Amino acid sequence: MANDKQPKLSIQDLAVAYQSKGRRTVALEGVNLAVKDGEFVSVVGPSGCGKSTLLKVVAGLLQPAAGAAYIDGEPVNGVPDQVGMVFQNDALLPWKTVAQNVRLPLAIKGLPDKAQEQEADRLLKMVGLDGFAGFYPKQLSGGMRKRVALARTFAYDPDIYLMDEPFGPLDAQTRVKIGEEFLQMWDAVGKSVLFITHDIEEAIALSDRVIVMSARPGRIKAEFDVRLARPRPFYDIRFDPLFKELQKEIWAQMSDEHAGGVS
Amino acid sequence: MAAKSKNGAARASSFRERRYSNTSVWTGRIVVFVLLVGLWELLSGRAFNSFWLSKPSLIAGRIGEMLGDGDLWFHMSATLQEAIGGLAIGMIGGTLLGIALAFSGIFEKWIYPYMMALYSLPRVSLAPLFIVWFGIGQSSKIMMVVAMVIFVAFYNAFEGIRNIDKDLMDMMDTYKAKWTHKLRWVVLPSITVWILTSVRLNIGMALIGSVIAELVGSNRGLGYYISYSSNMLDTTGIFTGLVLIMVIAVVLEQLVLLLERWLLKYR
Repeated sequence: MANDKQPKLSIQDLAVAYQSKGRRTVALEGVNLAVKDGEFVSVVGPSGCGKSTLLKVVAGLLQPAAGAAYIDGEPVNGVPDQVGMVFQNDALLPWKTVAQNVRLPLAIKGLPDKAQEQEADRLLKMVGLDGFAGFYPKQLSGGMRKRVALARTFAYDPDIYLMDEPFGPLDAQTRVKIGEEFLQMWDAVGKSVLFITHDIEEAIALSDRVIVMSARPGRIKAEFDVRLARPRPFYDIRFDPLFKELQKEIWAQMSDEHAGGVS
Repeated sequence: MAAKSKNGAARASSFRERRYSNTSVWTGRIVVFVLLVGLWELLSGRAFNSFWLSKPSLIAGRIGEMLGDGDLWFHMSATLQEAIGGLAIGMIGGTLLGIALAFSGIFEKWIYPYMMALYSLPRVSLAPLFIVWFGIGQSSKIMMVVAMVIFVAFYNAFEGIRNIDKDLMDMMDTYKAKWTHKLRWVVLPSITVWILTSVRLNIGMALIGSVIAELVGSNRGLGYYISYSSNMLDTTGIFTGLVLIMVIAVVLEQLVLLLERWLLKYR
């Protein structure tokens, strides 16, 4: 890209408020954030700090009260072309087969059937699900469903991956496995990622940068650069002294938050 | 259904999880049928006068007679046409209305209470009015059936749409899906369960509608046959009409069950 100076995604003075039962709740306030092209940024924070709200604004699903998100310098208004979202609960269509689910973004784009089929085959192989094309999501395990959801987002091939605690509902083992696989796939495509999680280790292992948010109203509290070489071993990296150091610092920030919340 | 997937087959004794073999289910059903019909046959003419309650053998004989002289199909086809025609019109109309209203924003708030007010009306009492409006032919019966079924169809489609998984709609939005995509891939499949439920509930309603309208005024159909028989003090005729209505209901219900199994095979 010629304009390396301009961030892929930039969020400026963002505030979001919810109106529920006549009461106004400020979910996010004064959030400033920039994600460079090809950068992997994680946002960690306690539940209810508005992490997911942040993603919804970038995805154009939610209108901010103040400030805005900009993609390639253009303010987000409606769903932008460049983003692809991975939902916490997969959001697979239960009445469609695995292959049909993966083909969905291609079908919406209006690709010819043949091309859709080939691309779905390729992606299912990539996520290790060849042979499951004709299965329905109900017949798959949580980890396999997650792979389908990832394959679907890769099929859409967005410039920015928005991931809302995608590995949250998985058990610890599957989580590490999928995390590792996703990291490899991401290394291959090298697109920007904004990754929401409450798992500090996951955030460090995946990201170039970790953002810590405070709860209610959500603000950015601290930012950490992760200077660990890539490609990284998703699991073994945890034993790196730099990793431990970061983990400690981020944890200190988060627990500080909890103490602050009580007083 | 969530519990089903979690526990699998390991805890088959929990609520609604018990599996019975097909043979034991059907043997039981046949025994109950034979017992009830046998008691009726035995007691009729002994414990009470068969003039009041007729007799299974007399009813079977009447059905045979009607088969022979073509009366059976003459009346049954009329009732079937009205019930199925009205059911189709009412289901399509009610479902479309439900979908439209659920996506109509503030308009929904204006209209919904009046729909519910109309629903609480005893629509059976509209039968004489429909005969005045649409004549004594089949169109008044079909309108009656429509009035009987449209509300359940409307309500189920409406509730079905309110129960659509919001993440699925958001997901479609992030892929920049047009509304036709959303309708075909999310909305219609989501409410299929609800539509099928309303079809099943409405089979009975449709038959009530058509038969009531025939009772009020007609020259054909099972309702007409029942009212004619009652004028002749012919209880066997009345019961024959009732049995035939029941047969239609059971057959239609089974057809819908087959359709359901096919449409919901992904579950």
